[in-house]
Amino acid sequence: MSNTLLKVDNLHVYYGSIHAIKGISFEVNEGEIVTLIGANGAGKSTTLNTVAGLLKPRSGSILLHDQNIVGVPADKIVSKGMALCPEGRRIFLQMTVLENLEMGGYTRPNSELEESIENVYDHFPRLKERYKQVAGTLSGGEQQMLAMGRALMSKPKLMMMDEPSMGLAPILVEQIFDIIRELKHAGTTILLVEQNAQMALSIADRAYVLETGKIVNEGSASDLLHDDSVRRAYLGN
Amino acid sequence: MHLSFLSNLINGISLGSVYAIIALGYTMVYGIAKMLNFAHGDVIMIGAYISFCVTQYLNLPAWLSVLAAMFVCTLLGMTIERLAYKPLRSAPSLAVLITAIGMSYFLQNLALLIWGSNPKSFTSIISFGPLRLFDGQLIISDVAIVTVLACILIMIGLTWFTGKTRMGKAMRAVSEDKGAAQLMGVNVNRTISVTFAIGSALAAIAGVLLCSAYPTLMPTTGSMPGIKAFTAAVFGGIGSIPGAMLGGILLGIIEIFGKSYISTELGDAIVFAILIVILLVKPAGLLGKKIREKV
Repeated sequence: MSNTLLKVDNLHVYYGSIHAIKGISFEVNEGEIVTLIGANGAGKSTTLNTVAGLLKPRSGSILLHDQNIVGVPADKIVSKGMALCPEGRRIFLQMTVLENLEMGGYTRPNSELEESIENVYDHFPRLKERYKQVAGTLSGGEQQMLAMGRALMSKPKLMMMDEPSMGLAPILVEQIFDIIRELKHAGTTILLVEQNAQMALSIADRAYVLETGKIVNEGSASDLLHDDSVRRAYLGN
Repeated sequence: MHLSFLSNLINGISLGSVYAIIALGYTMVYGIAKMLNFAHGDVIMIGAYISFCVTQYLNLPAWLSVLAAMFVCTLLGMTIERLAYKPLRSAPSLAVLITAIGMSYFLQNLALLIWGSNPKSFTSIISFGPLRLFDGQLIISDVAIVTVLACILIMIGLTWFTGKTRMGKAMRAVSEDKGAAQLMGVNVNRTISVTFAIGSALAAIAGVLLCSAYPTLMPTTGSMPGIKAFTAAVFGGIGSIPGAMLGGILLGIIEIFGKSYISTELGDAIVFAILIVILLVKPAGLLGKKIREKV
């Protein structure tokens, strides 16, 4: 099929003596939206944080463009074309909206920043209205938009998003997912972690179901959306 | 009476400016590395000794001695961070604190070994003479003028640096959230190293200014101003740059007024008593922010 952008193979991650990720393997192809779904504590965030370089795996490989990035520190991975929009947003609350975006483009030359900032404003007009505001004064939805805009500033080929819908009102969740679709159309590959399995499966191409550190099910998103065991466990009917 | 008040105020602002410059080092390092660098006061002392040696033994001009002191202290600060603190980055904060205290004693003893215990008489690096106002009734020393100017320039410089430059913004990002800053591509270790470098260069300037005003230089010269500047940083709100400035200057004014109008012996006690009262009312310090996180 298409080119593999990210290939994770037999990944094991520990927190001290706790075996959090037990040998998972998955891949993300160029242009896809892939989602990892699963309950709290299944290891979804751990997986993303490990891929982003914030956590070190005990063993296994993570190939980005066929290059193994295990052991590469997080701050070096950004410039390889991967950005993580972390759980809980983690925007810089004391900095302005514009400064947050500038931080997102930290690895890129200043001359290119303006164009990227305009591009982010196109996706998120609200941020343009509030560019001078300190990020801590934004509403929850706006903060999520800022976190996504900030991640986009590095012009990632692969954008990983950790629970972008967390804590948002349903109407905002719709909005955020619309934007994720837009990003896909603009050519960004997306790896999405969600507890809101219904929403995630409705926009994803493929999905992996994670349970206590293992992948228990995988397939096309539409198949999983209609899979009985998935429906029972994650969709509530 | 009015003139003596004015004169005390000016002395207070001048002494406070020195505290402020030192407090900046404490507050920046705390903001970024979340540690209290108790060796900071001793870097001041080393800076003053370097300046002293360059003017006294090498007979070089004063401005060059300041640059030399800044250079040596910058290297010293970065080396201390690299060798003593960096290996403890994920250790409990108590271990780091004890290491910092140990480093403080190490520097004092190193100075004792090199320069001996006899106090040196530091010659002021500023010598354009005092400013006389009101027919000579109000005398403002040249050191006081330069100290206050230096403090203002440093404040403007740092505000520009943290507000406008790439490295400055990265520092603010690291001080808020190391992990998130890393995800942006910021090299956290380098940022911390640069912070130590800046703090130590400022400590060198503070050391030279301090000893120009109070010329007794010995290995323990830095400890009391160091502790007071730390107090100033807490007073203003530790982690906040304007807070360190404000805290430092207020502390200097309180100290001089306390000594002039209440009791010379109790001067320091008054300073710390006021600190305690203010922290009881405003635990985060004058400009310290408590951040509410939105969920």
